Amino acid sequence: MKNQLLLKNAGTMLVRLLFAVVAVFPILFMLVSSLKPDQQIFGDMSSLAAFLPVGNISLDNYAAVFDRVPAARFLMNSIGVSAVTVILGIFVNSLCAFALSRMQVRGKRIVFMAILATLIVPFQTLALPLVWWVNQLPYFELNGFSLEFSRGWLDTYQVQIIPFIANAFSIYLFHQYFESIPKELDEAARIDGAGWFKIYRKVVMPLSGPATATVAILTFLPAWNSYLWPLMVVQSEELRPVMIGIQYFFQLNVSWGEVMAYASLITVPVVVLFIAFQRSFINSIASSGVKG
Amino acid sequence: MNTKFTKILATSIAAAALTATLAGCGKGSASSSNEGSGEIALWTHNAGNPEELAAVQKIVDSYNGSQDKVKIKIQAFPQESYNDSIVSAAAAGKLPCIVDIDGPNVPNWAWAGYLKPLELSTDLSTHLPSTVAEYDGKPYAVGYYDVALAMMARPSDLKAAGVRTATVEQPWTEEEFQDALTKLKALGKWEYPLDMGTAGTGEWLPYAYSPFLQSFGGDLINRDGFQSADGVLNGDKAVSWANWFRGLADQGFMAKKGGKDSTQDFLNNQSAILYTGSWAADKAKAALGDDLVVMPTVDLGEGPKIGGASWQWGVTSGCQNSEAAMDYLSYSLKPENVAAVAKATGTIPASNEAAALIPAFAEGGANRIFMDFSREYAVMRPETPAYPFIATEYGNAVQDILNGADPKSTLDKAVKAIDANIKSNGGYKK
Repeated sequence: MKNQLLLKNAGTMLVRLLFAVVAVFPILFMLVSSLKPDQQIFGDMSSLAAFLPVGNISLDNYAAVFDRVPAARFLMNSIGVSAVTVILGIFVNSLCAFALSRMQVRGKRIVFMAILATLIVPFQTLALPLVWWVNQLPYFELNGFSLEFSRGWLDTYQVQIIPFIANAFSIYLFHQYFESIPKELDEAARIDGAGWFKIYRKVVMPLSGPATATVAILTFLPAWNSYLWPLMVVQSEELRPVMIGIQYFFQLNVSWGEVMAYASLITVPVVVLFIAFQRSFINSIASSGVKG
Repeated sequence: MNTKFTKILATSIAAAALTATLAGCGKGSASSSNEGSGEIALWTHNAGNPEELAAVQKIVDSYNGSQDKVKIKIQAFPQESYNDSIVSAAAAGKLPCIVDIDGPNVPNWAWAGYLKPLELSTDLSTHLPSTVAEYDGKPYAVGYYDVALAMMARPSDLKAAGVRTATVEQPWTEEEFQDALTKLKALGKWEYPLDMGTAGTGEWLPYAYSPFLQSFGGDLINRDGFQSADGVLNGDKAVSWANWFRGLADQGFMAKKGGKDSTQDFLNNQSAILYTGSWAADKAKAALGDDLVVMPTVDLGEGPKIGGASWQWGVTSGCQNSEAAMDYLSYSLKPENVAAVAKATGTIPASNEAAALIPAFAEGGANRIFMDFSREYAVMRPETPAYPFIATEYGNAVQDILNGADPKSTLDKAVKAIDANIKSNGGYKK
């Protein structure tokens, strides 16, 4: 019996190990290849050496990446745009979800359904009309001591941020999580004299750590990986995010070592963030019954 | 806990303030909105090609230094995303004054009203015809260079297989090509002796493979009026092309989908014959030295064919200072400028005067053969606004045929779609 259990556990471990290998090896290959010259990347491909930092190892590819593209600038742009989108996204979407979850307003169910309905429209179909819209929006610029007015948000930072703050899926996630928080807590706070915003601020949000972490990750990933939208609305190199940068390496003769070095640079922040929020992320998904 | 949330709230307010700050200082300078101040924006697809970008920058610097009325300002984009950026800028009415365009797309852009006809002080009649894009009888774009398709191989491999080297005077015929591939395959050194770049996508598909169709006697569209593809893209000759092309994969001569970097695969000895463009020559020569031969493409009945036209420059119709933009383009077409770009990129210079300034393209020069290919074999991709649609349909057909679809019905389907598109656009008439 004991042997049978041991065998079963070993089998489970083996399957898990297999999945881990499938998930980890591409990332390992990317990191290791980023340290090798092109000839060696292809030479090692047919053996396990492809996953090992052996042979002619150097940081030359990383140096070449910074020579070829303004990678530091792209990274800073993406960090800024993603961070602001995440922080404002958490605030705006949680407020919206709180209102839909707690306030007794006529027609709130219809509003909630309408918000959810937007999930079925793919972004690609909205992209071009959205370009037109953002180009009609007013733009204020401080020039010395005078405020100048013009029209059009193209080629700015805010055009990369503001359209992505309100998000139906984040509202849904927060809503489902808020529903699991007992309403008796609100009532107790109300007896103590708290208003709606105080209940949101001091009761509901402090209990919603996992949902906040999940929304943070689910907002951060598309903001970080954003490609189609910035290539449509951002023309200046100094405003471009990291994902546009990858295309710099695919013109004419491709240097795969440089591609891997750049891919490593833009992957590491995402992996670090996921590891940092992993526990909350899984808790939230488990408790809200939502698969991301 | 409350303190924690207060911090989150404070951070949110800080983020909102940051957005406002970004809004204040984050306006880019790439759009055409600065033209009133004497600055002219120039967009190019060369962000991922530092050599060409540096050569263009040098011309711009030289022009900016030669006069003080306007300043040209370059904004470079990665090639893969360049067209999407242009289309969305056009939709928003934010095109810059000067743009570079892939040659075959010029008629479409001219028809759509993005471009205005060129009025240059340069005599374009001395330029390679494939470097001047015309629409409706007027020039709309001009390039510094062209590129040429070719076949590359190691002479040592050809010798080992007993295959003769193809030349401009005597290119391989269909039978010789079949024989060469059979012999090379028999050497057992490669799983697929031929790499035709079948992993390529987008414009590569019509650029690379429609010349074979034309060598068979077919074409992408009936060039008499450009109103229908019926009979030329689905006729007997086109079907022969499709069967031949699929046969290369069915016989195990080439992969249905090759590696992403066919040049690197060739240099790593993953293939014996590489079908590629002149842009790969310098890298191949550096790696293989004398054990490299550049050959013309195969004569499949109507002589070897290659696609003509590469990237070219045009002036947008909304440009507020088109006179200055035209002046810059005229300046940039001086032979020394054209030669500098061609030299930096290893491409074929657009004019004889420029070619004379580059030893590699002089008679007997290392790259002269590409100039010969361009002059002898170049066929312009159809100069019609329908070209982008035709190119997409043809590209889809190529991939379907390679993946096993019936050639005749696939080509019929492409013809039906192309003809319907032309009809729905009123024949693409002005």
